Amino acid sequence: MKRKKYFVFVRLASLGAVTFLGGCSTILLFDPKGPIGEAERFLIIAAIVLMLIVIIPVFIMAFWFPLKYRASNTQSAYMPKWSYSAKIDVTMWAVPIAIVTVLAILAWTNTHALDPYKPIPSADKPINIEAVSLDWKWLFIYPDQNIATVNQITFPVNVPVSFKLTSNTVMTSFFIPQLGSQIYAMAGMQTRLHLLADKPGTYAGHNQQFSGPGYADMFFNANAVSREEFQAWVQKIRQSPEKLDLDRYEKLARPSLGHPVIYFSSVQPDLFEYILRQFDPTWGKNPGPMSKGSVSTHARADVSEEN
Amino acid sequence: MFGKLSLAAIPYDQPITISAVGGAVLLGLVILGLITYYRKWTYLYKEWLTSLDHKKIGIMYIILALVMLLRGFSDAILMRSQQAMAAGGSPGFLTPGHFDQIFSAHGSIMIIFMAMPFLAGLINIVVPQQIGARDVAFPFMNSLSLWLTTAAALLVMVSLGVGEFSQAGWSGYAPLTELQYSPGTGVDYWIWAFQIAGIASTMTGINFLVTIMKMRAPGMKPMRMPLFIWTTFCTMVLVVWAFPVLTAALAMVTLDRYLGMHFFTNTLGGNMMMYANLFWTWGHPEVYIVILPAFGIFSEVVATFSGKRLFGYVSMVYATAAITILSFSVWVHHFFTMGASPNVNLFFGIATMLIAIPTGVKIFNWLFTMYRGRIRFTPPMYWTLGFIVTFAIGGAAGVLMAVPPADYVLHNSLFLIAHFHNVLIPGTLFGFFAGYYYWFPKATGFRLQENWGKRAFWCWAIGFYLAFIPLYVLGFMGMPRRMAHYATPAWHPYLLVAALGTAVIALGIVFLGIQLLVSIKERQALSDLTGDPWDGRTLEWMTSSPPAVYNFPKIPVVDEIDAFMDMKEKGVAYRRPDQYNDIEMPKNAPHGFIIGASAFVFGFAMIWYIWWLAILAALGMLFTVIARSFDDDTHYLIPAAEVERIENERYRQLAAVAKRHLADEQTIPEPVPEM
Amino acid sequence: MMTTDASTIGTAHNQEVELPDTVGIQTLGFWIYLMSDLIIFSTLFATFAVLGRNYAGGPTGKELFELPYLLVETLFLLFSSVTYGLAMLAVHDGKKKWVLIGLAVTFLLGLGFVSMEINEFHRMIAAGHGPDRSAFLSSFFTLVGTHGTHVTFGLIWMAVVIGQVAVKGLTSPVQSRLMRLSMFWHFLDIIWIGIFSIVYLMGVA
Repeated sequence: MKRKKYFVFVRLASLGAVTFLGGCSTILLFDPKGPIGEAERFLIIAAIVLMLIVIIPVFIMAFWFPLKYRASNTQSAYMPKWSYSAKIDVTMWAVPIAIVTVLAILAWTNTHALDPYKPIPSADKPINIEAVSLDWKWLFIYPDQNIATVNQITFPVNVPVSFKLTSNTVMTSFFIPQLGSQIYAMAGMQTRLHLLADKPGTYAGHNQQFSGPGYADMFFNANAVSREEFQAWVQKIRQSPEKLDLDRYEKLARPSLGHPVIYFSSVQPDLFEYILRQFDPTWGKNPGPMSKGSVSTHARADVSEEN
Repeated sequence: MFGKLSLAAIPYDQPITISAVGGAVLLGLVILGLITYYRKWTYLYKEWLTSLDHKKIGIMYIILALVMLLRGFSDAILMRSQQAMAAGGSPGFLTPGHFDQIFSAHGSIMIIFMAMPFLAGLINIVVPQQIGARDVAFPFMNSLSLWLTTAAALLVMVSLGVGEFSQAGWSGYAPLTELQYSPGTGVDYWIWAFQIAGIASTMTGINFLVTIMKMRAPGMKPMRMPLFIWTTFCTMVLVVWAFPVLTAALAMVTLDRYLGMHFFTNTLGGNMMMYANLFWTWGHPEVYIVILPAFGIFSEVVATFSGKRLFGYVSMVYATAAITILSFSVWVHHFFTMGASPNVNLFFGIATMLIAIPTGVKIFNWLFTMYRGRIRFTPPMYWTLGFIVTFAIGGAAGVLMAVPPADYVLHNSLFLIAHFHNVLIPGTLFGFFAGYYYWFPKATGFRLQENWGKRAFWCWAIGFYLAFIPLYVLGFMGMPRRMAHYATPAWHPYLLVAALGTAVIALGIVFLGIQLLVSIKERQALSDLTGDPWDGRTLEWMTSSPPAVYNFPKIPVVDEIDAFMDMKEKGVAYRRPDQYNDIEMPKNAPHGFIIGASAFVFGFAMIWYIWWLAILAALGMLFTVIARSFDDDTHYLIPAAEVERIENERYRQLAAVAKRHLADEQTIPEPVPEM
Repeated sequence: MMTTDASTIGTAHNQEVELPDTVGIQTLGFWIYLMSDLIIFSTLFATFAVLGRNYAGGPTGKELFELPYLLVETLFLLFSSVTYGLAMLAVHDGKKKWVLIGLAVTFLLGLGFVSMEINEFHRMIAAGHGPDRSAFLSSFFTLVGTHGTHVTFGLIWMAVVIGQVAVKGLTSPVQSRLMRLSMFWHFLDIIWIGIFSIVYLMGVA
């Protein structure tokens, strides 16, 4: 089947490209450290290969035709009225349609598989992190461990990390390029993201949606470590003298540039919901659309809260 | 009395800004001084400011576009310089706030105040002539559009020296543009400049839709229209459908900011996602609005300079229509990462991929137009070939990002920046530069100098690759857009190359400037005496260069595609009419200029909360419109004798050229005047 | 309101060139403008659809809207369309006096509509239910208010045209203007039907 051949060709070409490009470790998107990032890299390379089917002929024709048919070359055929050919017409519509069809199929399967809201199947329970974008830093709450940090997250290798995100300020975008997808964080709304690192390391993360003068400083580190190191890290944070109660949170929320990493050894219970309700007092309370309050303020209504 | 306005609004403490303002003010004073010295105020007023002539309005639009190109490009130079310096902890020479204003101004200016006026200028000069008409459907509204656009551009320019421009990006996302997060005047300048220019564009859309639908020469059935007319038609459809959405969206932001409403606020029920949807429902058609006319230009240029009919005319028309319709179905691809479900993202992603199909078809048709042609390598042909090769890369990058999970890692990165510059610059800008060179003689009577044009092209082409290919790599390296400074040293070398590319482009702009000056200086040697300097195929080449105010003494009758070439081949192109008739043309009118000036005052007053002035300016606009409506004496008659005199002069010139060329044995269409 | 258009360009004493379609050009242009206006209203309707239940703890439509009041308002506007239609019939018959009377009655009915709407807004704002209270109220005031603003501009236009009919009579440009104002007025009627159905009737359901 023609489609199968395309897939095989695309897979082989991608393998080649990956081998060639995977060595450049600063090209983060081609050096992913997790399954989400890997799948996305494959898609990028597959799409590039498919595009080349059109681009290369265009380049060839764009150089050959002007050369051959330049006015000074009186040897070449000159047919000033020739302006239609059914064969060429059909081909020039059919080939792009075929390529787009293949790409659409690739997109279909991968978009569903790589839905940020979709949990990553695993025998392990996920690490839950609640991320809040502030001006101009990231607050990360670990509700299960009752700790919080600013501008740093750590999690065990090969364990899914399940993010719930919101914002205390304008729209921002949470992104760890080497692990995969980004997702917007918006006030009064909760978005979800699932990532997993399958190699230990420290991965750069940042805000990818412009949010004001401190935007360029909103970076954090994501450390993927062994399970033991993760437990040790949690213990270390529990020694911190800082506690994230409401007062401390209000102070933290004030605009600041280039905020240092902070550890909080305890967190105000349900702080994440509290932050959400600052902007939408009915968040999570009345899910019905006709109720007196707001329409569903989950950015996605099709995903239940228990997820 | 003066609202929020005070002397503190002038940025004394910002050396770069204040020197730019100083330079601009000085330049303005020099220009005003020169006009006064040469006593040209009356001429300027009578011949240009109050003109309803589409040809003159077109020229003024293009002057505006070129001036704003310089301003927008200065912003680019500043951004590239900053990013070339601000690596690994260094702050560079621009504060983040200043840098943020610069990228916001850069995008706003290039799209709304460079690309839109440029295309409005070209369609103004060309469309009526190409369909065999004497003017557009609504000449007064045409003048109004021009002056409203100019007023809006002036607001952006003034923001440099009085207050500040928006720091929220050209797309002005909520809630960053809300009063809480952007309390200064910047976002207000952005709102009013866009709003006024948007209304002007909507009017242009209505004007040219009616012009093309109602005023084509007899015999010019739709499938005989030149491709440039088709693309203009589709562009105007997009304008009329899309700009009202922007008008409403901006109005809602305005109401949020001025009256404390809650459309897009964080609290009390506002929904910032709605803004993104509305903005891009306009924003995506907008990018097709700026590129379709360029596609039309390429169609004209390729056919003319290949000496061959455009290949696949029917496919081209259907492809243009497909692009037009599809462009309304893709807007969510600007925010795949906002949390929509996979099926929603897929619908819009696949629709985006579909648009690539008709676009690809067009590229192949242009290439096959060259096939078996006789190609003349004039600057427009250079721009066209540069476009075909370079645009293909940008288009492919776009299809790549149409796959939602690929976009999840590329959204808002420099890959995105590279993609859209890769389609806008080789697409829109190269197309407009080609059109500028191609139709310059028609508008002015003399050609642009050829070699400087080619040099400019090479600088633009090479500079483009240097400036933007590294950005693709940087996107893959994880660098986001809009970074005032960055810590990752690995990004630095690529940004240095990009800065070099900007310098090469700057040289290209300088060469374009030199081209213009040299051409003016040598205009006698470069004059276009026949009106048909390229052996053209379409009706605009039938008129003289520049045309008489009425374009055609007698409206031509059309039998074929490429109507003018058809006439030349049949030997009837320059046939004298049996008799001349009186021709009625619109009188000049100052109202458009007055309303434009009032709009500027209105916008400025609203920005600075000077309510009494805003009310006065609004009333001024209203009364000017009402006054115009009472005026029944809006046309003047050109008697048949005068038309005959003008045409006789033209035939004398044509005969002189024919004689000279018979002697020189150069190939030029021989006019056949029937004495 | 502008008479300058290409329809009068190129009119020759000698009828070699076909007579340009003045009214056709002006009418088509105005139609297209109306369609662009429709898109503005569509955007406002869409916004109302998204934000229209975001009460933010404030009042709902059910609590605020008084249907009897709305009925009177609606009748004012609908009847004004009838009287305008009668005025247009008088235009066709060349009866200047009846045109003026028809326009004057239309104007008064339209003024009645606008006054009632301003009164409704004023009452809501004075009670603390202004457009700054919630997204629902923002989208309500803006959608309904934009329509009301259009009606107001229509009234200004109508006053000007009444003046022109009185001073110049039923000349061709004046008739063409009346035709376009007629399109505008009926268009606003249709938008109002959409508003009272979607905003008011569905809002109290």
